[in-house]
Amino acid sequence: MSSPPTSDLRHLENESIEMLREALAGARNPVMLYSIGKDSSVMLHLARKAFYPALPPFPVLHVDTTWKFRDMYALRDRAVAQAGMRLIVYTNQEGLAAGIHPVTHGSLHHTDVMKTQALRQALDKYGYDMVFGGARRDEEKSRAKERVFSLRGAGHRWDPKAQRPELWNLYNTHTRPGESLRVFPLSNWRELDVWKYILQEGIEFVPLYLARLRPVVRRGASWIMRDDERLPLLPGEQPQMRMVRFRSLGCYPFTAAVESTASTLEALIAETQQSRFSEREGRLIDLDQPGSMEKKKQEGYF
Amino acid sequence: MISTAQGPALPTLRFITCGSVDDGKSTLIGRLLHEARCVPEDQLLALAQDSRKHGTQGEAIDFALLVDGLLAEREQGITIDVAYRYFATPQRNFVVADTPGHEQYTRNMATGASTAQLALILVDARKGLLVQTRRHSRIVAMMGIRHVVLAVNKMDLMGFDQGVFENIVAQYQAFAADLGFASVQPMALSALQGDNMVASSPHMSWFQGPNLLQYLNQIDVQEKAGQRPFRMPVQWVNRPHADFRGFSGTVAQGEVRPGDAVRVLPSGVQTRVQSIVVWQGEATQAGQGDAVTLTLADEVDVGRGDVLAAADAPPEVADQFEARLLWMGDQPLVAGRSYLLKLHTREVVATVTEIKYQEDIDTGAHLAARSLSMNGIAMVNLSLSQPVAFEPYAVNHALGAFILIDRLAFETVGAGMLVFALRRASNIHWQALEVNKAARAGRLHQTPRCIWFTGLSGSGKSNIANLLEKRLYAEGLATYLLDGDNVRHGLNRDLGFTEADRVENIRRVAEVARLMVDAGLVVLVSFISPFKAERRMARSLFQDGEFVEVFVDTPLAECEARDPKGLYAKARRGELKNFTGIDSPYEPPQAPEIHLRARDAAPQALADEVSAFLLQGR
Repeated sequence: MSSPPTSDLRHLENESIEMLREALAGARNPVMLYSIGKDSSVMLHLARKAFYPALPPFPVLHVDTTWKFRDMYALRDRAVAQAGMRLIVYTNQEGLAAGIHPVTHGSLHHTDVMKTQALRQALDKYGYDMVFGGARRDEEKSRAKERVFSLRGAGHRWDPKAQRPELWNLYNTHTRPGESLRVFPLSNWRELDVWKYILQEGIEFVPLYLARLRPVVRRGASWIMRDDERLPLLPGEQPQMRMVRFRSLGCYPFTAAVESTASTLEALIAETQQSRFSEREGRLIDLDQPGSMEKKKQEGYF
Repeated sequence: MISTAQGPALPTLRFITCGSVDDGKSTLIGRLLHEARCVPEDQLLALAQDSRKHGTQGEAIDFALLVDGLLAEREQGITIDVAYRYFATPQRNFVVADTPGHEQYTRNMATGASTAQLALILVDARKGLLVQTRRHSRIVAMMGIRHVVLAVNKMDLMGFDQGVFENIVAQYQAFAADLGFASVQPMALSALQGDNMVASSPHMSWFQGPNLLQYLNQIDVQEKAGQRPFRMPVQWVNRPHADFRGFSGTVAQGEVRPGDAVRVLPSGVQTRVQSIVVWQGEATQAGQGDAVTLTLADEVDVGRGDVLAAADAPPEVADQFEARLLWMGDQPLVAGRSYLLKLHTREVVATVTEIKYQEDIDTGAHLAARSLSMNGIAMVNLSLSQPVAFEPYAVNHALGAFILIDRLAFETVGAGMLVFALRRASNIHWQALEVNKAARAGRLHQTPRCIWFTGLSGSGKSNIANLLEKRLYAEGLATYLLDGDNVRHGLNRDLGFTEADRVENIRRVAEVARLMVDAGLVVLVSFISPFKAERRMARSLFQDGEFVEVFVDTPLAECEARDPKGLYAKARRGELKNFTGIDSPYEPPQAPEIHLRARDAAPQALADEVSAFLLQGR
C-alpha cells in the first residue's frame, strides 16, 4: 500500500493476469476462445504475458461461422502463430451442409446454429472444462451481471439466478462432471481501456476498426458493408463508398458500420472518449428479441 | 484533488450501493450515470421503451432499469444479483456494484462488497433504519470497507424536512459507532428527482455538504500505511524448459528486488530472489498488486499455495484459527463437517470445530448456536488439514480472506476472515515414533484396514459385520468391531440424533477407528452413517486403500418389515424423531468398494463376499 498508486491500465492488466493464472491452475483442459476482435486481441496478449517465458499452455479455439470479414481471417492465423499457440477452427458442419444463411434464415437462427450450437459442439468434442472468453461487463446489461468465473451446467446452460458467490480474488474453480467454467479475464475493462492498452502495448488489431472508404449499403438505420459477393443486394440497392469504421465486429451481415473519420488509433481513442453511443449499437443480433443477450447466454452463447 | 494533463488524479474508485429493498439503490445508480452523462443515447432510447413496458414510474423514465439487467429482475422489479457499471468523470474512473437488498440475496451483496473501497448505504427517509440497513452495514464493516456514504433517499416524499434527515443520521451514527468506519458522510437525496446528486438541491438549502458526485470525485480511500514486508502467494510454477523454474504470483504486500532474502512458507526454507521476470524482460523492482514471476537463487521446494515472504519478517504459519464467517450455503453449516477452504492460492480441507457464537444481525449481540443458516454471521474455530501461511484479515486482506466450498456440490458456501491463530503449527509436530503403524502391522502379519459398513437401520450391517469378524479371527487376523449401538452407550452417550450430533458421532468413531488402524488392527465399523459428507470425512483420515466402504443395500420397505428392534414402528408413531429413512435422509454411497445387495441373500454369504475381497492376494 505504500507504493505509488499504479495507473488504472496497469491495475487492469495485473488483475487479468491473476485471473488467467488462477484459471489455469484449476483447469484440467483449458482453451481460449478467440473471435479476432479487439477484446480477443487483448486477451491473447495478456495470456502471453501471464505465462511468459512459457507459451500460453492451452490452444486457441475459433468458432467460425464462415461469415467473418476477410480482414479478420487474415489476422487470425498470423496472431495465433505469433503467440506460438495451436489454433483450432470449428465450424458447425451440419449447419453448413443445411445451407444456413445469415440473410435468408435471419440473425436469430443463424447465430443459434452457427455460433451457439457450434460452440457447444466444439466444447463437447474436445471436453474443455475451463474456457476463456473476452467478454466485458461494460458491453451489455446481462454481461454486467456475470461473474469472472461463470459456471455452466449440463448443456452449457447459464443460470443467472443461481450464480456462485464470488468474493475477493478467491475464485472457486471446481466443477462436477458435465459442468464447465467460462472465465472472463477482461470483465472489468471498458472499451476505452481496451483501445488505450492496444496503443500502449502495440498490439496488432483488425484494420476494420479504423475509418476507411468502404463499400456499404444503407439498411434501415444501419450501414452494412458488402465484404464479398455473398451478400445479396436488394432491388435497386447500389453499394457506395463511405468513410466508415466498426466499433464491434461479428458476422459481417449483422455488423453495422458507423460513419467516422478516425483513421488512426489516436483519433479512434479520442472518438471513443466523446462517443454518445454504446459500443454494441452496431450489433444487430442484440436487438432481435427482448433480453436477447441473456437468452443467448443461457443457451450457451458467449 | 484536481485533474492533471496526464489523466485522472485519483485511481479508480470501486464502490457499492446497498441497503434494504426499495430504498432506491438501482434508481440512484441509474440517475447518477444519467446526470454524469454516462448513459449512451441508444441505451437511453432503449430505456425509455423499457420504462413504458416494465417501469414503475408511469410515463417517466425508470432509471433502475439501467442496472437491473436480468429478465427476471425487470419482470419482478427487483435486483437479484450484483451488477457492475463502469463510468468516468474528468476526475476519476468508477466501478459501481449495485447490490440486491433482499435478505435471500445477501451473498450477492457480499460478492459486491468484497472488492469495494466505499459503500453507499441507502435509507428510505420514510422508513428510517431497517434490519437490512444494519445487516448490510455489518457486512460492509466486516469486509473491511472503511468509508461509508449514508444516503438518506426519497427526501422529496418527506417534504425535504431537515428534522427527518438529522434524526436518521443521529440514529445511524449511534449504531455505527463501534463498526470501525474511517468516515461516514451523510447525504440528503432524492435520487428520483435528482436532488443533491450532481448539484446542490434548491429544495434543501439547509444541507451544507457536497453533492454526491462531487464527494465521490474527491474522496481519497488509499490507506496510508508505512512500508510493509513483502508477501507473494505462489499461483503457478512456470517451467517452460529444464533451465527455467519461476514462481508466478501477484505481490500481496510490500516490495521485492533481485537479491532480497526471502523465506518459503510454510516450509521456512530461506533463499534469495534471483530475478523478477516480466514480459520479454526483467524488472528491477515489483510492488503490491504487480503480477510477476520470480526466480530464486537456490533449488528449493516451492509450489502453488506456498507464500514467498521477506526473510526477516515472515507471516505466521498455523492450522487452527478463530475466524469470522458469513454463511452462504442453502444447507446450514454444521460443526464437525469438512469443507474445502481456499486461502490466497492454497486449498486445504477444513472443519469448523466449534461455533463460538452467532452475531445478532440487528444488535450485534452474541448468541449461542449449534448451526448457522444462510446469511448468518458467526465467530468460529477452524481446523485445517495442513498448516498454511496467513495474516489476520485486519492486517492483510490478501492473506486473511478465505472461502469455504462444499466438497460434493462444489458450491461456495462460506466467506470468512481469519482473526488469529489458536496455536502455532510449529508447536504441534507429531512425535515421529520409531514404533509406527508399519512396525505394528508387521508384527501382526496383516494389512491394517477400516471396513466401514453403512446402511439403513435393520439392513443387517451388524449381523454381517459380526460374521465377518468371526471369519477374520479364524484366519488369524487381529480385529475389532465398533458398533453404533455399543459406542452410543459409552463414548458417545452425550450425543442425540440431530444432524449436528450425527455428524459429531461419526467424527468420533472415525477418529477412534483411525487410532486403531494406526495400532495395526483391522477395524470393522458398523454405523448407519447416513450422510455422504461424513463418510467422505472418515475416508479422508485414512491412507489410500485402507478404507473399505461396504454399502449394505436393503430396501427401506424390507428393513421396516424386519424391524428387529421395533424402531420403525416407534418412528412411524412419531415417538422417535430424526429417524433415518423416515424423517431424516439416507444418502446412498455412489461408489462403495463393496456393494452388498442384501434383500434376498443370506448374511453369511454377504460376509463371505466381504472376506473374499479382504483376503484376496493376502
